Amino acid sequence: MSGRAYRAAKVAAEIAVPIALVAAWQLWTVARDDPKFPRPTTIVAEFRRLWLFSQFDTHIVPSLERIGLGFSIAVVLGVALGIPLGLSRLGRSAAMPHIEYWRAIPPPALLPISILLLHSIGNLQKVSFIAFFCIFPVLLNTIDGVRGIEPTLIETARSFRVPPHEQIRRIVFPAALPQIFAGMRTSLALAVIVMVLSEYFSSTNGVGYVLLISKNTFQFLPMWAAILLIGVLGYVLNLLFLLVERNVLAWHRGWRAATPV
Amino acid sequence: MTEAAVPEPRIPRAPKVLDASVAIVSVLAALAFWELISRTGVISERDLPAMSTTLQALWTLVQTGDFWTAFAETVRGWAIGLGLAIALAVPIGIALGSSDFAAAAFRVPIEFLRPIPSAALIPVLFLTLGTNLKSEIFLATFGAFWPLLVQTMYGVRDVDPIATDTARSFRLGPAERLYRVTLPSALPYVFTGIRISSAVSLILAFTAELFMGTGGLGVAMNVAQTFGLNDRIYALALATGFLGVGIHFAVSAAERRILRWHPSQRTAAA
Repeated sequence: MSGRAYRAAKVAAEIAVPIALVAAWQLWTVARDDPKFPRPTTIVAEFRRLWLFSQFDTHIVPSLERIGLGFSIAVVLGVALGIPLGLSRLGRSAAMPHIEYWRAIPPPALLPISILLLHSIGNLQKVSFIAFFCIFPVLLNTIDGVRGIEPTLIETARSFRVPPHEQIRRIVFPAALPQIFAGMRTSLALAVIVMVLSEYFSSTNGVGYVLLISKNTFQFLPMWAAILLIGVLGYVLNLLFLLVERNVLAWHRGWRAATPV
Repeated sequence: MTEAAVPEPRIPRAPKVLDASVAIVSVLAALAFWELISRTGVISERDLPAMSTTLQALWTLVQTGDFWTAFAETVRGWAIGLGLAIALAVPIGIALGSSDFAAAAFRVPIEFLRPIPSAALIPVLFLTLGTNLKSEIFLATFGAFWPLLVQTMYGVRDVDPIATDTARSFRLGPAERLYRVTLPSALPYVFTGIRISSAVSLILAFTAELFMGTGGLGVAMNVAQTFGLNDRIYALALATGFLGVGIHFAVSAAERRILRWHPSQRTAAA
């Protein structure tokens, strides 16, 4: 096969396979005719009815708020803790046992505790819960990024008597930024998951709540529409993040090489 | 993690001892702090049982057979989930990684399915497989599958083309190339994937237990919460954390052992 024909076939396959999969799903649900498994076309119609935009304010906005707040708090804390820990070896020795422990614990194991400690099933608890688990990818990547800085850079700055806070602002932070972004991307995906979990346990609104309630009341259509929404949410947030990352890291020459192809 | 591999230029012994003692002091300080804020009532003892109370509850718990049954059930869900994920993701990852065409064909479905939080599938599992071990294993496998698949694909694609070409010019057949070239050089990526997936598998096994009642530590925690046994909730969370840490160290140790021969024992965790 010539190169061009091969490339054309590849593009055709890239388009055809997803369409075939959705078509197969559609045919399967039509053949099965089971209310538990509505047709994809019906799910999409329900998706538009619910989320665009009649329930948008009541359920999507609270969920997005929690993700946004939790994620932002996690990024700020993760970077603020990660830079000093990356620079201080003793600091790392002191902090690592705690970090290793808390990031290994399955998040749902802390759901009951978060409610006990915070006396809340509202945003205070949900946002803290999301923030707590989203810290770790940012924190660990910041530590790693700071540790990976070319020592000559810092030594040069030191020999030019650049004050420590300027060293952090001008050298340490920018040099660690690509890896901080890698951590943020992991955290963002995690935020969606943890948001669903937190709303799945004692909540009054949000996408996870819709999922829970429609399951409990055997309303299969809204349930599938909520699952689709969560998938779309994860996909779109990741896409937006990549856009931001590309802009912020445009100055970083090696950033393409640094991200896996 | 790689401290052992990279010799430190400074005095080799003293800092290690210092590091270890700082770590121990820091853990003890945290435990003391926990005891203090609970005993002094900064956070009431009902909401945050003191460290000593919690450890006592944990001690009582580990002397019961029920605890170990639950523990074993969670470990079972984790192990089967991870095992199935490895059995599925590694071959599929090798297939998709070694063929440009297949990778293109399945790019969109993978990119769409991968970010779906597995927790969102819990309601579907309620309706289909029911609240039993099958659901727990499905959830754990589904979650653990994606990171491992992607890592394997990267690993296979990252094989040095010169190595493959050399093998080809020595007339090694596809099977032998796979075994002698592709697999060994993709292995570090695969192991990073297994490390990530092993954590994911535990999380989802526990999630299934907590929300679907499929047995194990998750159910034990649900029961403790229902009866308002706060010190037991904390004890179970503590135990679950230890299980997570134990799995993390076991998998990392296996990785180091199996990849000992590999020149690129990476510095950065994925």
